[in-house]
Amino acid sequence: MANKTIRVDYIARVEGEGALDLRIRDGRVTSARLKIFEPPRLFEALLRGRGFAEAPDITARICGICPVAYQMSAVHAMEDALGVKVAGPLRGLRRLLYCGEWIESHALHVVMLHAPDFLGYPDAIQMAREHGDAVRRGLALKKTGNGLMRILGGREIHPVNVRVGGFYRTPSRAELAFLTDDLKRARDLAVETVRWVARFPFPNFERDYEFVALRHPDEYPFNEGRIVSSRGLDILAREYEAEFEERHVAYSTALQSVLKRRGSYLVGPMARYNLNFDHLPSHVQTLAHEVGLGPECRNPFQSVIVRAIEVVYACDEALRIIGAYQEPDMPAAPLEPRAGIGRACTEAPRGILYHRYQLNDDGSILEARIVPPTSQNQLSMEEDLCEVASRSLDLADDALRDRCEQTIRNYDPCISCSCHFLKLAVDRS
Amino acid sequence: MSEKRRPRLAVWKFASCDGCQLSLLDCEDELLAVADAVEIAYFPEASRTMAKGPYDLSVVEGSITTSHDAERIRRVRRQSRYLVTIGACATAGGIQALRNFADVQEFVAAVYASPQYIKTLATSTPISAHVRVDFELHGCPINKAQLLEVISAFLAGRKLAISGHSVCVDCKLHGSVCVMVQGTPCLGPVTHAGCGALCPSFRRGCYGCFGPMERPNTAALAVEWRKLGATPRDIWRVFRTFNAAAEPFRKESEGHGE
Repeated sequence: MANKTIRVDYIARVEGEGALDLRIRDGRVTSARLKIFEPPRLFEALLRGRGFAEAPDITARICGICPVAYQMSAVHAMEDALGVKVAGPLRGLRRLLYCGEWIESHALHVVMLHAPDFLGYPDAIQMAREHGDAVRRGLALKKTGNGLMRILGGREIHPVNVRVGGFYRTPSRAELAFLTDDLKRARDLAVETVRWVARFPFPNFERDYEFVALRHPDEYPFNEGRIVSSRGLDILAREYEAEFEERHVAYSTALQSVLKRRGSYLVGPMARYNLNFDHLPSHVQTLAHEVGLGPECRNPFQSVIVRAIEVVYACDEALRIIGAYQEPDMPAAPLEPRAGIGRACTEAPRGILYHRYQLNDDGSILEARIVPPTSQNQLSMEEDLCEVASRSLDLADDALRDRCEQTIRNYDPCISCSCHFLKLAVDRS
Repeated sequence: MSEKRRPRLAVWKFASCDGCQLSLLDCEDELLAVADAVEIAYFPEASRTMAKGPYDLSVVEGSITTSHDAERIRRVRRQSRYLVTIGACATAGGIQALRNFADVQEFVAAVYASPQYIKTLATSTPISAHVRVDFELHGCPINKAQLLEVISAFLAGRKLAISGHSVCVDCKLHGSVCVMVQGTPCLGPVTHAGCGALCPSFRRGCYGCFGPMERPNTAALAVEWRKLGATPRDIWRVFRTFNAAAEPFRKESEGHGE
């Protein structure tokens, strides 16, 4: 078989700027590289000298699609540094805000960005001509998620209401109750979306991933839990850097996050689902069974079903939180600046997002470290590419290119997030 | 009957968080109608179809931080009848313009283990520092209703209905109680309207994410902040955020301690 290089210069329908290169020599895939040409924005450097209270707003600007994830990891890490624990209704409101972000981010990806791959369209707008109902369902879901973020956060992109210790203003019961009917409708639309995506044609492909996600004693995870894996990892967020590291690989300048002992791992909806299936309400488990998904899913193409199931869960959870909500006495816990180190991990739509801050005694940031989900998945994405391409070499170049792009989109990569995740590929052949 | 040619729209990304172009996809009720009215010729975040120029309207998100991007924006300009920039990155350099006040090599070394691999400019600059810009839409993020207004107005060749007054005016229009009167420092008096005066409606002072209004009196506001107990460092920090390199904010920040 001829030697060739398959190249996609600009991966469409992902957040941020990336490209991929696949090299085939003598009928074998010799390298699969995801190249990121997103310009670095140097957040960890510019955070130094800023006040602890500024971190949620500044780090939100890392990503316009998952700003709440940055705000949540930032506030939890700061509270860890300051020795504060936020509980009760404020804790519930944080979960509720995260529900909004999962709904809008997942609906965007499932329907607008990922579904066109399975049905053979360049985008959701073309797809809408023949699948108008499905696209409108996706847009309605996204609008519900965004609506929740607007009520609780003021706006859907870079919400203004989150602060270390809690919120600036907490909503009244009536304000939240206003969302109930819309969330109930959204829940039904999400169930229909699960059934719709489950009928997509899926390549027969599985890999033996090490899944990494948060695990809470009683809840499907958003803000809290131990970091666990399918191969026995079970640690606190404060132990993260002892087990994980960002490495430079020999052939490029990439920073790839790996498990020190074992290498690549997978974070995100599939990891959460596999490690927390027992915490999904029984009717959501039943829905998963009904569409042919067991408590384990190792086919990355089926992540589209898992995301849709998480949208159902997020709608249900939002309704539960709103139903139980009691207005708190204070919108935020009082805080006193002090020197210390704080660390936290929360579940961004795309997987665990780690923040660490070192503060001086007036609460100014001395050092910041942020590990976004997409840099944690980068190695796994390349391994998938290599495997998928190796099994698809009989495809024509165009079809192979499509399959490779789809393999990347399985991860819903968020390239702007990966602010210090950069790889310059050099093809020396 | 021949169909009237639809105007061609392109959406470009430079150094940014993607939030401002996401605003277009966030127009859930209008998106399909927009796609009927215009040909979305280039919008990689949404479509694999990447049609070549020329374009009637280019919407540009993000700032210029690499020499490659400084070249790329010139190519975008050449292919575009109108070019509109959206968001604090494109109109003022964004939060990443904090490097403009520091040593960028030291910044890179703080983030990357092998800084020699990273090629980046010493500054983050707005698009208008590189090419002619037909209109700048402010905000971090922009207001999506204003984005629709900009697209419709440019493609219809009519005047824009977006004014340059301050957040304060919007608070008055909403009947919100002034947070400064209640002792909370607020950038509303010097900040460009457009967000709908959100922060005061959440009992929080405005933090200036829409950048300076036309002719702001930042010095007078800084005096009021001091009276409310803000330290010079507080004032320095609030002007040095998402629009730190916008001239009035840059200048005011320099009068206050780090």
